[in-house]
Amino acid sequence: MSPRPEGRPFLACVAVGLAVLALAPLCFGSGFQLGLMSQMCAMALFALSYNLLLGQTGMLSFGHAVYAGLGGYAVIHLLRGMDGGSFVYPTVLLPVAGGLAGAGFAALIGYPTTRRGGTPFAMISLAIGELVHAAAGMLPAWFGGEGGLAADRTAGPAFVAGLWPGWTLGPDVHVYYLTAAWTAACTLAIHALGRTPLLKLANAVRDNPQRVAFIGYDPHRVRYLMLILSGFFAGVAGGLMALNLEIASADSLGALRSGMVLLAVVVGGSGLFLGPVAGAVVVTFFSVELSRHTGAWQLYLGLAFAAVVLVLPGGLAGGLRDAARLVARGQSREWLGARIWTILGALAACAGLSLAIELAYGRVHDAGGPAAVPWFGVMLDPFAPLPWSAAGALAVLGAAGVFLGRGRGRPVPTPERCDV
Amino acid sequence: MDGLIVSLLNGLSYGLLLFMLSSGLTLIFSMMGIINFAHASFYMLGAYAAHAVAGALSPALATGAAFWVALFIAPVLVGLAGAAVERLALRRLRGRGHVAELLFTFALAMIIAELVQLAWGRSAVPYRMPAAWGEALFSLGGHAFPVHRLVVALAAGLMLAGLWWGLTRTRTGLVVRAALSHPDMAQALGHDVPRVFMLVFGAGCLLAGMAGAIGGSVFVTEPGMAQALGPIVFVVTVVGGLGSLAGAFWASLLIGLLQTLAVGSAWSLAAPASWLGAADAARALADWPLSRVAPVLPYLLMVAVLAWRPRGLMGVRET
Repeated sequence: MSPRPEGRPFLACVAVGLAVLALAPLCFGSGFQLGLMSQMCAMALFALSYNLLLGQTGMLSFGHAVYAGLGGYAVIHLLRGMDGGSFVYPTVLLPVAGGLAGAGFAALIGYPTTRRGGTPFAMISLAIGELVHAAAGMLPAWFGGEGGLAADRTAGPAFVAGLWPGWTLGPDVHVYYLTAAWTAACTLAIHALGRTPLLKLANAVRDNPQRVAFIGYDPHRVRYLMLILSGFFAGVAGGLMALNLEIASADSLGALRSGMVLLAVVVGGSGLFLGPVAGAVVVTFFSVELSRHTGAWQLYLGLAFAAVVLVLPGGLAGGLRDAARLVARGQSREWLGARIWTILGALAACAGLSLAIELAYGRVHDAGGPAAVPWFGVMLDPFAPLPWSAAGALAVLGAAGVFLGRGRGRPVPTPERCDV
Repeated sequence: MDGLIVSLLNGLSYGLLLFMLSSGLTLIFSMMGIINFAHASFYMLGAYAAHAVAGALSPALATGAAFWVALFIAPVLVGLAGAAVERLALRRLRGRGHVAELLFTFALAMIIAELVQLAWGRSAVPYRMPAAWGEALFSLGGHAFPVHRLVVALAAGLMLAGLWWGLTRTRTGLVVRAALSHPDMAQALGHDVPRVFMLVFGAGCLLAGMAGAIGGSVFVTEPGMAQALGPIVFVVTVVGGLGSLAGAFWASLLIGLLQTLAVGSAWSLAAPASWLGAADAARALADWPLSRVAPVLPYLLMVAVLAWRPRGLMGVRET
């Protein structure tokens, strides 16, 4: 279903991707930017591992953070052990330990839980996530309780003792390159997996498990193997996150983290190979940037999530692909002309909504502080009638635009059914 | 012994509250195949709506009267909100399969949690039950059984009876059941099946709102209440069997009793271990009384049920 770049275009994509990863620190060199980029890389790998389940096998999981979180804990425990001097292990290989922890836990619990796909698996994965999260709270010796477990990532030698002593993994840029290298290697590995018979079977299980069983394969076993593979890559991603933050907490196992990776994959689009990567980059960037400017960022994320589910079934990547097809066919003008009122109306409605949200937020949460709300560079008083009427006017304009655009334009390229 | 009886009654009352939630979820699932991830959010909306309605009415009415009026108005408001969600969003997604619907309800849960904080702040609101509910109905050997436990049980019992009557004894219920088993045939016979779906979704949300209006006053009304109860309700529906109302009932009671009894229990696996002669294991296990592992018991029960009987206690179909 998902068209894969083969041959020369594929190699060109790999070269460009590696070059971007290698040169990015030259443009964005501050500690904050390097940390953000490391976070994006780890999140992209996490989203790719999730898409092995959702996009490839059709398994919707609400507890995927468990595998990443346990991978993170494995890395932190190894670092703490090295700090105690009991053994030595090259730090660059720590993510493998995280991956083994994730795959091991998936192998442990996966057999009974993957018996069925679809909705039952979704609910079971939710319960497993809650189970592990609750158990982590009960075992402070292993999981560090409320504050989590911290460790020093320079506790061991980066490679082997004596080899490249300049690489200590202390500076942010070292961690960034480690994260980028692991992400690139795992992305290529996941892409190569796409050509194996197992992945083809997984796609068949996604589309019609009954038929797969009929021709003699066991869908349960395919789901189980896919969960272990996905758990491995999630564990690698979790290990990278833990190395970056030097801490593992019970939150990294929780429902919020599981929801974030689901959001990233759906927003990016699970039908294309690089969709989850795009989603992870966009979601990480916006959650960090939005949380610096507005307290209501989680509400915006939720609204964006709902809007993508409703309007863009293929996610951002699917939308871009459809747009590229329109341009290639020379129909972009016609398409835009038919929808111009709807688009303008939707934009006005979004502006009105965000204005109302910001004003309401200023009223409720900063009631004791200065009565001024910044909105795109303008300072507004949340208790004055004027900004509220502006929000109302924008909403009315938006509704008028959407109403004008109704029924215009025939349904030009119907996006393909989402691959889940 | 007396304490055990009161604990049992408390467990039954909590289980019936769980049933008020799981019945709506089961109703929606068996009808539309949608797992409504926002179900516990509608429970939270019910509590906040009742608080808001009671607050708005309190100047005009006595506090007690305002509370009772809110108890009836808030669920209706929540039901209307649910019907609107179905009409405006879920109906558009029906052709795209259940995963899209599931994802939308998941996003909706995020949005409702944030909107509630936007409207009522991040801390708990003072939505309290009438003082009379807090008094002891009776005491057994010094263990009090408060009135509100009985109110919860009565409300759940009334709701169960109403649901049964509506589904099996009315013409609407007949159409609903027809649309449940054979939607295409019901549509062909001239019934407006999409409208029936909207009705069922709204009714399920109304039940959740009612549970919230009562549960919020008995426990606490705060933005985390949906997140705290949601997973338990899903465990109940899976243990009972997806889509089975009777299964949801028995599983609600089972989990209500399990949680209530485990929290108050000092029993641990140490005693059986010492009978078997494993002294070291007994000492280690003595640190883990049942009360300490109570939070994970429902999830362990769910895993056990799934390993033993994948479709749940009384489930009839697998998906």
